[in-house]
Amino acid sequence: MKYHFDLAAVLHGEYGALFLKGIKLTLLLTGEAWVLAMVIGIFLAVIRLGGGVVIEKIVATYVAYHQNVPMLVQILLWYFGIASLLPAFVQSWVNDHNGEFLYSVIAIGLCMAAYVSEDIRSGLRAIHYGQQEAARSLGMSYFKTMRHVVLPQAIRVATPPLINHSVLLFKNTSLAMAIGAAELSYASREVENHTFRTFESYLVATLVYLAISLCIMGAGAVAARKYRIVGR
Amino acid sequence: MLDILKSNWEVLLLGQYPNGPLGGLVLTLILSVLGLALSFPFSILIALGRTSPMRLFRVPTTVVVYIVRGIPLIMLIFWAYFFVPLVIGHSVTGFTTLLCTLVVYESAYLAEVIRAGIESLPRGQIEASRALGLTYLQTVRKVVLPQALYNMLPSIVSQFVSTIKETSLGYVISVQELTFSANQVNNNLLTQPFQVFAILALTYFVVCFILTQFAHRLERRIHHRRAGTFIKRSPADDLLLQSE
Amino acid sequence: MIYFSKVNKWYGEYHALVNVSAQVKQGEVVVVCGPSGSGKSTLIRTINRLEDIKDGEITVNGQDIRGRHLDVNRFRATVGFVFQSFNLFPHLSVLENIVLAPTTVSGMNKAEAKAKALSLLDRVGLKAKASSYPGQLSGGQQQRVAIARALAMSPPVMLFDEPTSALDPEMVGEVLQVMKSLAKEGMTMVCVTHEMGFAREVADTIWFMDKGQLLEVAPPDQFFANPQHPRAKQFLSDLRSH
Repeated sequence: MKYHFDLAAVLHGEYGALFLKGIKLTLLLTGEAWVLAMVIGIFLAVIRLGGGVVIEKIVATYVAYHQNVPMLVQILLWYFGIASLLPAFVQSWVNDHNGEFLYSVIAIGLCMAAYVSEDIRSGLRAIHYGQQEAARSLGMSYFKTMRHVVLPQAIRVATPPLINHSVLLFKNTSLAMAIGAAELSYASREVENHTFRTFESYLVATLVYLAISLCIMGAGAVAARKYRIVGR
Repeated sequence: MLDILKSNWEVLLLGQYPNGPLGGLVLTLILSVLGLALSFPFSILIALGRTSPMRLFRVPTTVVVYIVRGIPLIMLIFWAYFFVPLVIGHSVTGFTTLLCTLVVYESAYLAEVIRAGIESLPRGQIEASRALGLTYLQTVRKVVLPQALYNMLPSIVSQFVSTIKETSLGYVISVQELTFSANQVNNNLLTQPFQVFAILALTYFVVCFILTQFAHRLERRIHHRRAGTFIKRSPADDLLLQSE
Repeated sequence: MIYFSKVNKWYGEYHALVNVSAQVKQGEVVVVCGPSGSGKSTLIRTINRLEDIKDGEITVNGQDIRGRHLDVNRFRATVGFVFQSFNLFPHLSVLENIVLAPTTVSGMNKAEAKAKALSLLDRVGLKAKASSYPGQLSGGQQQRVAIARALAMSPPVMLFDEPTSALDPEMVGEVLQVMKSLAKEGMTMVCVTHEMGFAREVADTIWFMDKGQLLEVAPPDQFFANPQHPRAKQFLSDLRSH
């Protein structure tokens, strides 16, 4: 079986463009879903602090649902299920404006928000209650205590799992191909279909995924080292 | 929604069986069990490599784990689609492809779980064992692994839950597992997509939630039993190790 | 300065503080002692409202601490508290630890706060460690920084909750030294401690507590030589037997 490795064949011209488009969409998906996840995740963690039993149950249910249902199923539920419940004019607007992209961002963002809120919650729980007592004893109000003493420490504890979940979010964008979003894995399939160079096509996508994952992990390691608590 | 469940529960549970291959939730569970079970020996080897004092073992295993953890499961499925027929010599079913992918993927993630278990064991255990004269391999077999695996049982159950969720990707390569079967039901019905996919989500939720609760209960019992030699993991560690 | 009037507290069914009435005069040094679980820490923690009371009245510097109009934060700034486990803020340097409350609570300007902090550090003997972090200090050093941190708010009264119990024996002395010098300067202090040598030397009054009750109040010479209450006698003889 004659097969000679030709990376250039998959990278030039329209195929290179396909890959670039895919990378761009993957990065856009990642960025927007990440922001959504952080905003909602922080919101959930904060309202949980309030202490009401009802809110606690609601947030706990949200987290349990999103952590126990597969990411792909959540995307399908949004794209096929919830989309069908929306009024007709909304549906047609969404279809004209990149429905696959939109629902992917929503599904992935809301799912990872559950993980983010849990990370922040365990970060807060890791801070010994004595820290709060010491700050309150000095006359600092609840908010000042949170701002100057608890949150700075909690964020440091929460950063490693948050980085891990950011990588997870990035990888999950590949699931958007199941509903037809033209992100990187979809692009590698397309290029493969056209050029029949399976190995090279997949290799390009794989290397890009690896590079970006390692970048995210590396950024996390740098941040952890820079803000580490001295003496620990 | 209940009538959809009533009229379609066989497809969702069993796929096309008995008129075709086994599918649905049963296939999902079979895939998950096989995927995790078959990856066990590999993950133990990789975990031992990761914790080995010798660079010869440590470096390649670390590289492998980072690579598998750095690329999406879908890309691994594509690779398996490409490689497995080459290696075996003839074309394979989607089931085999998915199973091979799961074994590779789970080997890396399970290896990290086992590694955490090994590293959380107090050094005194290994020191005591070596002081008694046991070799490295005997120490690993008789002292380290039994304790590490027992201590990490809750995390292993969590990893099993992750595997169940990962089988949903069979949808993409037409493997007849639960998600694909639900999609088929939807294609037949066409008029109630939300209800069909809601049932799908709920099914996964019930199965995974029960297992997660079981993992929590296990953790409490193990912590109770091993109060001396067990270094408690925080919930953050569990989430850290999750692959889905 | 501090008045306890018929103070009662329950933890669920457990009666933690039983009808405690006492007073601390200005400039007085009170040492609270007693067996474990006697309520000593609970009592001292009610003074700055780290614990709340069910019944009775506590007045600090003329203010009823359960009063409706009391600004809790302002009030706490007038009561210094030193914890058994120091509770320094690990993400801030020693100097930042001391400067935090004066700048954010009292609105002191940074330069003034820094100067005050450095002079307090000098007083506890740790000026050289101003830019170190708590994680780099020994237990005794951390506790001395904690005392400086509490003093930075210029409180008229200082509370100490077993300040040396978490320290290795060789570091107990350096902390007690700081507390002794504070007492000599006329600070009003309430200390929960097991250090009987310190009590004998520095205290004006000993409060003996057991099972939530304040059983004996006496000057140290009288308390150690001739305890009145049978349980106080038992406690002292247990102490001496090892």
